[in-house]
Amino acid sequence: MVSHAKNAEKFTKDLEKVDWHDATLWGARSKRDLAAKSIPEWESLRTLASQIKENVLANLDEYLLEFEKNALLNGAEVFWAKDGEEHNKIVGDLLVKHNINNLVKSKSILTEECHLNQYLEDLGYDVVDTDLGERIIQFAKQPPSHIVTPAIHVKKEEIGELFHQYIGTEKGATDPQYLTEAARGHLREKFLNAEAAITGVNFAIAENGGFVVCTNEGNADMGANLAPIQIACMGIEKLIPKAEHLGVFLRLLARSATGQSITNYTSHFFTPKKNGKLYIVMVDNGRTEQLGREDFRNSLKCIRCGACMNTCPVYRKSGGYSYGYTIPGPIGSVLAPGRDDHEYASLPFASSLCGSCTNVCPVKIDLHDQLYKWRQQIVKNGNVDQSKKWSMQMATYIFEHPKLFRFMGKTARLFMRLSPRFLIYNSLNKWGKSRELPDSPKQSFRDWYINHKIR
Amino acid sequence: MKIGLFIPCYVDQFYPQVGIATLQLLEKLGLEVNYPLNQTCCGQPMANSGFEYKGENLIKMFEENFQKYQYVIGPSGSCVMHLKEQLSHVKSHLADGVFEICEFLTDILNVKELPSEFPYRVGVHSSCHGLRGLRLATPSELNENPSDKPGTLLKMIKGIQLVDLNRKDECCGFGGTFAVSEEAVSVKMGTDRIRDHELNGAEVITGTDMSCLMHLDGLLKRQKKNIRVMHITEILNGNNEVK
Amino acid sequence: MSSREEILEKIKKNKPVGAILPVIPDFPGDGEELEKIFEKSLIKNSGNLISTNSINDIHEYINKNYSPAQKICSLIKGIEGNVDIEKIADPHELKDLDLVILKGEFGVAENAAIWLSENTMGFRVLPFITQHLIMVLSKKDLVENMHLAYKKINLKNVGFGVFIAGPSKTADIEQNLVIGAHGSRSLTVFLMN
Ligand code: SF4
Repeated sequence: MVSHAKNAEKFTKDLEKVDWHDATLWGARSKRDLAAKSIPEWESLRTLASQIKENVLANLDEYLLEFEKNALLNGAEVFWAKDGEEHNKIVGDLLVKHNINNLVKSKSILTEECHLNQYLEDLGYDVVDTDLGERIIQFAKQPPSHIVTPAIHVKKEEIGELFHQYIGTEKGATDPQYLTEAARGHLREKFLNAEAAITGVNFAIAENGGFVVCTNEGNADMGANLAPIQIACMGIEKLIPKAEHLGVFLRLLARSATGQSITNYTSHFFTPKKNGKLYIVMVDNGRTEQLGREDFRNSLKCIRCGACMNTCPVYRKSGGYSYGYTIPGPIGSVLAPGRDDHEYASLPFASSLCGSCTNVCPVKIDLHDQLYKWRQQIVKNGNVDQSKKWSMQMATYIFEHPKLFRFMGKTARLFMRLSPRFLIYNSLNKWGKSRELPDSPKQSFRDWYINHKIR
Repeated sequence: MKIGLFIPCYVDQFYPQVGIATLQLLEKLGLEVNYPLNQTCCGQPMANSGFEYKGENLIKMFEENFQKYQYVIGPSGSCVMHLKEQLSHVKSHLADGVFEICEFLTDILNVKELPSEFPYRVGVHSSCHGLRGLRLATPSELNENPSDKPGTLLKMIKGIQLVDLNRKDECCGFGGTFAVSEEAVSVKMGTDRIRDHELNGAEVITGTDMSCLMHLDGLLKRQKKNIRVMHITEILNGNNEVK
Repeated sequence: MSSREEILEKIKKNKPVGAILPVIPDFPGDGEELEKIFEKSLIKNSGNLISTNSINDIHEYINKNYSPAQKICSLIKGIEGNVDIEKIADPHELKDLDLVILKGEFGVAENAAIWLSENTMGFRVLPFITQHLIMVLSKKDLVENMHLAYKKINLKNVGFGVFIAGPSKTADIEQNLVIGAHGSRSLTVFLMN
């Protein structure tokens, strides 16, 4: 069982790193604000995006069939995978079938979710992630800690050390320009030798069977447009009905993610390239179940922009790993319990319910409301410790009995006024570890009211 | 206009001065206000912990306590938001009658001036439920015409200097039981908020929710900072003694 | 049951009802000159803009910034390179290109995205694999925003198309912006009258 609080406590110990993490992501949030405010119709776009996705969810089966039909007409081959395991097997079998020795991969949170790399490595493949951030964490043997900037938690000194070890940069070198240049050289080699390229999918267009991939680095294109075999992996919720809807989503995506007006490369793939093959793998992996949960199905509208992470003060101060799930932050805390509400029971509680996530979400997912609803669900399913249950029971009982409430209040205040410090501030009092308790007045407001207004 | 005064349980017990300021402020504005004596808690702490269903009786009690009032006014955006939601679930007519004090002053009473004075540099902590739940102001995330109800009221106070913050509406990390269950993050969030107020020269931190201020005050006192917290009603009511 | 049937079955069972597609407005702007908006957008994306009336300016620019020893491939009439795309059989042969010059089909002012389709690139990898990229764009081919852009694009019979809005870049090392990650190290746009 993941304990977000415990993981978070560990992360907060390194103050310098937390402050850096917090400030950096707040920077992304600030840039997002500027970008959003530069578009007068911003809020309308969010509403439109949400409505389009609403329609997608209500007709997902039909759109998938339409997409499949058109993708086949385009000359692609389409696979359906009900879970991560099947997805991995499909990809693995394709690589075997085509005798692939060298493959490159661009960023795909879906393949992270399915643990594709591990699967392929077990088959003996050297999987080369080509997004710079992903390459960094691949060297570090870590999962991503953020869905847009996967290596956001790694400092340049650590990156310098990893690059020194794996691609022979000078020891102690930390200059981002130098390190990026070295990675460029290293990965060019890989691109030129790759026989297959795996990419993710940002949007799949039902009406024409095409799909769109957005990057700033151009790594998806260097891979997919050079290697003879192209494999695109997508969650079934990536569908949009028409190409014109891209106008809405592309205006929102990069601005929400980083504050850019668009990613520098927005590639639209339809047919296989000359002498090449194009495969598309569509994956369910729990999405159809989430679709059936009325309270939570909106989470399937997510376009993985990462804005809810950047704005979330809990995420910023606890780091991506504290969530213990592929997708961290508010959206991760909504998706993870859908996969396993026991394992991830603590995640919906890892929020102050401040609601900032809901306000930045470009597709208007009611994130904080869903967190609230998961809390109710998790309690209902019994995934909450007994002590918490009892204390809630007790509190409710007290509040239901005004006289008892007043007696308890008075006693508590008296106790707090008269007790020596050690009785109040000890390991049982988590509030008091770093905070003082409020002063305890002799009379409550009610006492005052009776004395001054009634007597 | 019949007004029922709703005082959240923890304000009743620990911050009676806030209840008093709220009552006096409303009376100064010429209103007849009553405080029903049998009120306890709105049920929010349980609901936010996943035990919403336990609040059913508390909502019934609330309805009984306040059924004869046209308006119910409380000095807490958070509790008022929770009440509005729960009351509308049970289709109570009170759902539209419950107001947080600031929105009541600006939207219903249309208050244009207040006679109070408060010669201090003040940082406003925008509590999330009031801000994003009740829209007491425009949240910084949204591209909407800016409005700011607590700010509008505070600007009526003579001598007050409102300080600009680097992050004008970031959460302080109180979050009810979150403050305890996620102690480390909660404390870090609160500490960072305080730093922002401190850097920008606030002498007093005020806000619409005493719960957030209790959390910040706990940190301020432990960290021995020379900044005080006061509920917005205390300033609006002219309590200009900064303790 | 195949996975395909299983997934479709589950969706049928679980999907919500209704929800019609909204109509997407064009969201026209406030009349600011598209060229100016485009330039601002391009600079933000770390691209360079050169406004010109004559193709000679492009020649001059190339002569000034590139030597004859460098490999240059132009797909624009009137600008000669020294790599003939017609003679290339495999895109891997493009690996040493220093400069590629392409015609942009149209550009989007709000974000400086320039549309290229496979038909105008020869090889899909061409604008990515080159060290530097020049795109030539006609002023009359500017549209205001992405809604109008998608009205304009004809996706029929396009195997591959891309919006390029700047040079390749990354910020994956402590969020420091570095230009030239995997694709072209620079993007220069000649905006022609
Ligand atoms: S939930 Fe919304 S804000 Fe978060 S990543 Fe998904 S689309 Fe972006």
